[in-house]
Amino acid sequence: MKDRYAHRKYVIMALVLMAAMILIARLFYIQIVDKTYRVSAANNALRPVTQYPARGLIYDRNGKLLVYNQAAYDLLVIPVQTSAFDTTRFNEILGITMDDFKTRMKAAISYSRRAPSVFMKMISSETYAILQEELYLFPGFYVQPRTLRKYTRPVAAHLLGYVGEVDNKLIAKDKYYRSGDYIGVSGIEKSYEEHLRGRKGVNIFLVDVHNNIKGSYADGRYDTVAIPGTNLWSTIDLALQEYGERLMQNKTGSIVAIEPSTGEILTLVSSPSYDPSLLVGRVRSDNFAALQADTVKPLFDRALMASYPPGSTFKIMNGIIGLQENVIRPTSLFSCNYGYHAGSLTVGCHSHASPLNLPQAVAQSCNAWFCNAFRSILENPSYGSIQDAFDKWREYLVAFGFGNKTGIDLPNELPGNIPTRSYYDRYYGKDRWRALTVISLAIGQGEIGATPLQMANMAAVIANRGSFYIPHVIKKIGDDGTPSPLYTQKYITGISPENFQPVIEGMEGAVNGGPGSTARGARLDSIIICGKTGTAQNPHGKDHSIFVAFAPKDDPEIAIAVYVENAGFGSTFAAPIASLMIEKYLTGNIKRKYLETHVLNMVITPSGKEQ
Amino acid sequence: MERSNNILARLDWVTVMLWLVMMIMGWLNIYAAVYNEQHTSIFDMSQRYGKQLIFIIAAIVLAVMVMVTDNKFWFFFAWFIYGFFILMLILVLIIGKEINGAKAWFGVGAFSIQPSEFAKFATGLALASYLNSKRQMLGAREVLAATAIIIVPVLLIALQPDMGSVVTYFAFFIVLYREGVSIWVFITAILAVALFFLTLILGNLPVAIGLLVAAAIVLLITSGYMMTLKAAAVMAVTGGVAFLIGHYILDLDTVLIIVLAVILAGMVYAWFIYRLKLVNQAIIYAFLLGGLLYLFTVDYAFHTALKPHQQTRINIMLGMEDDPFGEGYNLNQSLISIGSGGFTGKGYLNGTQTKFKFVPEQSTDFIFCTVGEEWGFIGSMVVIGLFVWLLLRLMMMAERQRTTFVRAYGYGVFALFLVHFFVNIGMTIGVMPVIGIPLPFFSYGGSSLWGFTMLLFIFLRLDAGRTEYLG
Repeated sequence: MKDRYAHRKYVIMALVLMAAMILIARLFYIQIVDKTYRVSAANNALRPVTQYPARGLIYDRNGKLLVYNQAAYDLLVIPVQTSAFDTTRFNEILGITMDDFKTRMKAAISYSRRAPSVFMKMISSETYAILQEELYLFPGFYVQPRTLRKYTRPVAAHLLGYVGEVDNKLIAKDKYYRSGDYIGVSGIEKSYEEHLRGRKGVNIFLVDVHNNIKGSYADGRYDTVAIPGTNLWSTIDLALQEYGERLMQNKTGSIVAIEPSTGEILTLVSSPSYDPSLLVGRVRSDNFAALQADTVKPLFDRALMASYPPGSTFKIMNGIIGLQENVIRPTSLFSCNYGYHAGSLTVGCHSHASPLNLPQAVAQSCNAWFCNAFRSILENPSYGSIQDAFDKWREYLVAFGFGNKTGIDLPNELPGNIPTRSYYDRYYGKDRWRALTVISLAIGQGEIGATPLQMANMAAVIANRGSFYIPHVIKKIGDDGTPSPLYTQKYITGISPENFQPVIEGMEGAVNGGPGSTARGARLDSIIICGKTGTAQNPHGKDHSIFVAFAPKDDPEIAIAVYVENAGFGSTFAAPIASLMIEKYLTGNIKRKYLETHVLNMVITPSGKEQ
Repeated sequence: MERSNNILARLDWVTVMLWLVMMIMGWLNIYAAVYNEQHTSIFDMSQRYGKQLIFIIAAIVLAVMVMVTDNKFWFFFAWFIYGFFILMLILVLIIGKEINGAKAWFGVGAFSIQPSEFAKFATGLALASYLNSKRQMLGAREVLAATAIIIVPVLLIALQPDMGSVVTYFAFFIVLYREGVSIWVFITAILAVALFFLTLILGNLPVAIGLLVAAAIVLLITSGYMMTLKAAAVMAVTGGVAFLIGHYILDLDTVLIIVLAVILAGMVYAWFIYRLKLVNQAIIYAFLLGGLLYLFTVDYAFHTALKPHQQTRINIMLGMEDDPFGEGYNLNQSLISIGSGGFTGKGYLNGTQTKFKFVPEQSTDFIFCTVGEEWGFIGSMVVIGLFVWLLLRLMMMAERQRTTFVRAYGYGVFALFLVHFFVNIGMTIGVMPVIGIPLPFFSYGGSSLWGFTMLLFIFLRLDAGRTEYLG
C-alpha cells in the first residue's frame, strides 16, 4: 500500500529537534548565561538558615500575659565545612568535655556530612555572646536563633500545655515540619498549633571557607520571611486560676468554672499540677520523665480526663427530666423512710423530714424521692416500653453534653459514659431489665461517668435555664480576632425554662436553706449561690467530694464544678472551695479569711487521711 | 537455532546499546542523588541504588524474554493484552495501594507495581492493531474510535488520580497524525490548548471579546464589507432594541440585560444565516459559539477538576503565581541545582544541592537535577543527545516497516519517549509545569523501567521480524 502521508515524518522530525532545541537553549541559559545559579563549588557553600518565627503569645481574659517567648540559640554544624580548630577553647565555651564533643560530632556526621545538623540545642544568651565573638575560629559551625516558651506565673500547666520536638512520624506526614522543629504537644499549644506557630522563613547565605557569610544567595531571591505566630486571648481569669490552684494545694481533684452566658472557661484546675516552665528547653526531657514517674500523676489532666460517677449532683438532672416529661410536678410528695424500698431492694437515705416536695428533695438530697422520680420517668406510659423511655432519658442527657466529648478546644478530652439501652440489653438480655434494675442511675451511681468539665457545663446549662455554648478556652484568635465559630453557636437542650425553676429553688435551698440543707457551708451573705453536693463512690478508697454550683441566682456570672478526691462527703470539702471561688470571682476579695485558711490548711492524701 | 540467529542478526543493536548506556547512566546518577555516607557501596541492596541494579538486571531478563517471543504473538494478542491491562487499571482502583494520595499501585510484598506503566505498550499495541485494520482514509469515525482506545486507560488513570501519566497518553495522537488523520483535527486541538492557557492567563471576558473580534475579521476577509456590515447591523439593531426594552420597560438588572441582549442578537443572526443559507458565515458562527462555550467550560473545569496543587503548578508555569516556599520552591531548588552545575558540572558525587536534599524526588522525577548539577551543561547535552539519537533511531525504524501495525506501534513508542523526555527534563528547568512523570531509563523505579523496556523491546522484536509476514 502506498503511504500517502510519508511526508509527515519530516514534521515529526522537526518536532523532535524543536523539543531538543528548547531544552538545550534553556539549559544553556541557566547553566552558562545566567550567573545567579552559579556556585563555585570549591570555595563557597550555601547555608540555609531557617528563620523561626516567634510563637504567638497567650493572654488571659483581661489581657494579662500568660505565655511569652525568650531567645535561645541552637548551635549547628555542617561537618564537611569544618577544619582543624582549637577544640579545647571550643569545649570550654560550651562547657562540654572532649568525649561529649566527640559523641556530638559523630552524631552529626552520621546524619550527614553535607547537611546541617544541630550540634547543641538551646544554648543560653550568655554562652551565645561569648561564642559569637570567636565563631570565626570554628569553621562549619553557626548559630540559629530559636525561641523558648516563658511563663509569667507558674500556673495553668495542663491548660496551656507544652511544646516539644517533632517526631519522625509527624515529619513524614506533614511537610511543614523538619527535624528539630517544635510543635505544641498538649493543651492550647497543641489545639491552636497552626495559629501559634506562624510560618517559618529561610535565608540562604553564601559562606566562604573561613565561615564568613559572604552575603545573601541570589540577592535573597529564594529567601522567605518568617511570619510570627498569632496571639491568643484565653478565656481564663488568671487571678481566679491562681486562686483555684492555691485552694487545691495538697489535694487531688479539679475545678472547672464557666461563664454561663458565653461558655467561656474561667478556670481549669487539675491538681496536683506542675510548673509549666519545667517542660521548656533542655531540661524538658528530664523533667518530663520525672513528672511521668511521679505516683500522684501531675501530668494527668483530671478536669478533662477523669470520669467519675456524678453521685447526688445528678439528682438535678433527673428532677429536670421528670418535670419536662410531665411525670412529676414540683409539688409531688414522696415519703422517705430512711431510704427507698421496693421488694427486696433498698436504697438507703439519711435522716430528714418526710415527705418532701421537689425543691426540698434537692435541698436535702433525698435518695428515695429521686428513686421514685426516676422510676416514673422510665415507667412513663407515653412510651411503649421502659427501654423506649430510657432512650428518651438518655437523649436529654446527651443534649446536656453528657456521654460525648463536649468539644472543648483542648486535646485529649474524654467523653465520660452514659450507658446505652444496648449496654443493658447485652448485660441483662434484650428488654429484660426494669426501672428497678437500673435504679442507681437515679442518684448518679452505677455505670454512669462524667468529667468535671461536663459537670461544670451542666451547672452552666442550669444557670442559663436550658441553653449553652460549648465550653472553650480561647476567646480571641489574634489581638482583634474572634473565637472559632464552633463556640459562638448556641445549643438548646429542649427543656423548657420553667422546668428549671423548681430545681434551682432546691439548689438555692441546699446552700441557703434551713436545717437539713446539705451545703450550708457554701453560703455567702452577699450573693445567692445555688448548688448541689455529691459524693462519687470510689471503689479504691474514700469517696470523692463533689459540688456543682452557679451564682448569682439571677443573671448568673459563674458556673462551677469542684471535685476533691478521697475527701468523702461533698459538703465538707468541695462546697467551701466552690464558695470561695465564687466569692473571689464576683467580689474580687475574700471576706471569709477563716474559711480560706481552713481550706488552705486541708491536706488530703490519696488514702483519704486528713493531716 | 537458525531463526534465533536470524533475530540476533536483525536486532537493532544501536538501540540496544543506547538502552544499556541510559540504564547505567541512570543507575550512577541515582547513586549520586541518594548517596549516603553510611552505605557507600553502590551494590548496597538496602538503598535505592542497590535496588535499581536489581531492577536493571530484571529489565535485561525481561528484554531477552520479549526477544524470544514470536512476533506474531504481539499482533494477534494485541487486543487481549490491551483488555488485560484495562482490567488491571480497574482492579488497581479497587484493591490498589494508596501512595502519595493516588491509588496507582499493586502492593507485592515489599515492592509495588504500577499498572499504568505497562498499560502504555498495551495501548500502543491496540491502537496499532486498529489502525492496521483500516485501509481507507481515516475519517471522523476512525478518529473517534482511535480516541476511544486512548481515552479508556486515560480515564481510568485519571481516577487514581495520576495526572502525570494521563498527560503522557496524549503522545498517541502523534501516531494518528503520522497515519493520516486530518491536520485540522490537530489545529483545532492546538487552538483549544492555546485558548485554555489564554483563558487562565487573561480571564474569560478578554478572551471572549478577542474571539468576537477574530470572528469579525475572518468574516470580513471571507465575505467582504457588505456582508460584515449587514451582520453587524442585524446584531446591533436586535441587541440595541433588546437593551432598550429590558432597561426601560422590563426594568431588569444591567448585567442581565446585556447578557440577554447578546444572546438574542446571536439568535437573530443565526436565523438570518439560516434564512439566507450563508455557508461561510454558518461555519464561522459555529466556531465562535464552540469557542465561547469551551471558554466558559475551561474556567469551570480548571477550578473544579484540578486539585489545588495542580492549579498552583500550572499557575507557576504561567508566571501567575509566585510561591517559592511551596510548589515553586521545588522548581527553584531544581533550577539552582541544575544552574549551579555550570559548563562542566561540579563533578560526580560533588553536587551540593542534591546532597542537601533540597530537591524533592531527586532519584525519581527530578533525577535530571543530579545530571545537571554534577555533569553540567556537557553532561546535560550528552543525555539530551542520547535521547534525540534514540528518538530519531526509533523514527527511522518505524519508517522502514512494511505493515501499518508495526509502524504505528513504533510511532507510539517514539511518541511516548518524546513526551517523557521533553516533559520530564522541561519541568526540572521550568519550561513545563511540574508533572510527576519519570525520565525513561534514568529515574529510579522498577515499574517504569520495566514498562519502558517492554515498550521498546516489543518494537525491537517486531522490527527484527519485519521481513516475516504477520498474517
